[in-house]
Amino acid sequence: MFAHETILHRLRYGCQTMAYPGGPPPPLPDRHGGALRVDGAKCAEGCNACVPVCPTQAITREPGKPVVLDLGKCIFCAACVEACPTKAITQTGDHRMAVRSREDLVLGKPGEEELRLAVALEQKLKKLFGRSLRLRQVSAGGCNACEADVNVLGTIGWDLGRFGIQFVASPRHADGLLITGAISCNMELALKKTYDAVASPKIVIAVGACAIAGGPFVGHPQVLNGASSVVPVDLFVPGCPPHPLTILDGLLRLLGRMEKP
Amino acid sequence: MNSTQPFALLSNGTSLPWADVPEWGAADFVAATADELNRGGRLCAWFGVAEGDATRLVAAVAFDGDNTLAVGRSEPFTKSYPSLTLRHAQAHLFEREVWEQHGLVPEGHPWLKPVRRQDGGHPAAGNFFQVEGGEVHEVSVGPVHAGIIEPGHFRFQCNGEEVLHLEIALGYQHRGVEEALAGGPHRATMSQMETVAGDTTIGHATAYAMTLEALAGAEAPLRAQWLRAMALELERLANHTGDLGALANDVAFLPSSSACGKLRGDFLNLTALICGNRFGRGFVRPGGCRQDLENERMAELLGKLRVALKEVDEAANWMWDANSVRVRFEMTGVVSSEQAAELGLVGVAARASGLVRDVRYDHPAGWHRFAQTPVAVWPDGDVFARARVRWLEIQRSGKFLEEQLATPPTGDIRGDAVQPASNALAVTLVEGWRGEVCHVALTDDIGKFRRYKIIDPSFHNWSGLALAMRGHAISDFPICNKSFNLSYCGFDL
Repeated sequence: MFAHETILHRLRYGCQTMAYPGGPPPPLPDRHGGALRVDGAKCAEGCNACVPVCPTQAITREPGKPVVLDLGKCIFCAACVEACPTKAITQTGDHRMAVRSREDLVLGKPGEEELRLAVALEQKLKKLFGRSLRLRQVSAGGCNACEADVNVLGTIGWDLGRFGIQFVASPRHADGLLITGAISCNMELALKKTYDAVASPKIVIAVGACAIAGGPFVGHPQVLNGASSVVPVDLFVPGCPPHPLTILDGLLRLLGRMEKP
Repeated sequence: MNSTQPFALLSNGTSLPWADVPEWGAADFVAATADELNRGGRLCAWFGVAEGDATRLVAAVAFDGDNTLAVGRSEPFTKSYPSLTLRHAQAHLFEREVWEQHGLVPEGHPWLKPVRRQDGGHPAAGNFFQVEGGEVHEVSVGPVHAGIIEPGHFRFQCNGEEVLHLEIALGYQHRGVEEALAGGPHRATMSQMETVAGDTTIGHATAYAMTLEALAGAEAPLRAQWLRAMALELERLANHTGDLGALANDVAFLPSSSACGKLRGDFLNLTALICGNRFGRGFVRPGGCRQDLENERMAELLGKLRVALKEVDEAANWMWDANSVRVRFEMTGVVSSEQAAELGLVGVAARASGLVRDVRYDHPAGWHRFAQTPVAVWPDGDVFARARVRWLEIQRSGKFLEEQLATPPTGDIRGDAVQPASNALAVTLVEGWRGEVCHVALTDDIGKFRRYKIIDPSFHNWSGLALAMRGHAISDFPICNKSFNLSYCGFDL
């Protein structure tokens, strides 16, 4: 009988929610590369090996200058890591990737070898949203993988509700938007209307390579290359899709709830 | 040529010279296609190929019982042709798509309107079928939904609680995948294939890789084919488990809902164990696979798989035991097998209506030539049947993986670079977790894509959901919808 079995099951398993962020984060698979690092100084003279292998044209190199990698465009396929003969581009294994400004994802210049992690919202917004944040999710021209891994945060292992973060069924109930997808032209109007329907002050979070810069669909005439083309964005979470841990880290960072940097 | 001449035959994952595809005048081609469908064929693909200012129609038909595919084409023509939909309803959306993309009018088509609104203007603009009457009202939902879900627009015609008709307007996720493939493969192509439908990354990536290999007359090393088959079943396990949890959630049966939600993640993590990405991004490549499953990793995978399978077994069985679940699932959202066959449904939705169709069994390619799973079928066509087929497939995929992981083939995982032949047509079917993923590629004089057609299983099945709602309460829409769990992005391309 299921009533009996489910109760026994609960007793056997106990609380299945992870200790993180109070305890250690759940281990990432060894082949998950995490964020990338670019040591421009290591770029060989005249080498261009990484530029043509990048599917989203996230890497550029001007003659005589080190390589520039835009992690906002990056889909983390690591083709550049494989192609680089001097190990100038490497995987750090770090799940933390969320940033507050688009430029913080551009790597390569001296002192900018790695991305510059997000700082918390300013005091007033932090006070408003820090312990209770209601988000409306708008999916607009992606592949549903970012949506799937945002949904994962609602499962018992992650339990996003314990941070006071909740996804709501109307923009009128929301403090902000969480946007996924490259913003298809067909969704532009719906996104604008949804944004307008959220009362101010409000925040916008762009999750995934598509929502940051168009992802694999960058440059297609049918998309607008990311959420910033339609609404102002307060937090960018890179990945294709970002690991749930990366998304959670970003949300907590934005709300000033990460004790450690 | 007259309509009695048959289509050219080929098997799944192979190609033939474009010149060998038989050709008819437009009206005769429609008649020839109808003949093929009359003798038991199933329409996998129907699309246009531009030829100057004119367009050729191309049809790919599957004869499931004979393990054979068949292709035919029309001569280039303009303006209009007699609609195939009048004879075979399964062509209805294909003909709308061709009309939208090439302007060819299927004369007599009962409901000709855009499929994705590619011409500007959002998809919900335009006419919807309307029921009139004093008590009738219309309910309009979307594109933005009340959850973390893809965008789409649903228009219900209701009499009180009862849904008389549902029309679904999609296209909000349209991001130009097919258009971008012209002249390809380009450097973004592989990544775009992996994101046609993110939850079917392995399904679409495998179909693409096999299509390129077929065009090149090459085959990936056996071990790579085996790896792809393992990843395909892991993808099925993750999604089916998630769907069972979502169905439980929609009838407020929280024990199974919370357990399956977690277990879905456990299966995704097994894919990540193989390749680093939970959705299998970066794993399948034309010519082979990018990561191997070494013995130690395989042992870890098998150990974790067994634990997860045991837990799914528990969580699913609570559901089947609970009367409160069964009473909500049974006789809800019924699609008869006649309707399913007429609409050309595929995958879980077709098998739950008693149709025995599964590409892994009917059109085995890749590793499935050597190892098969029994087809999971349930006759009733209701939400319960669609849940039950998923459950059967979870058990069978689990068993398949346990057996296969015990006896891996040895060898390389990457073959030679594949170079597509010029002026060739390849057809590939892969049984993704939702159903048949179909890719058809035609190359030009220099072996680049002249046309690349992608048909996600959702393209066939959205009409099934609309039909399932007829006569049911609108409050049952969420469980009917979850029981199909179709892809918006895979449809919208």
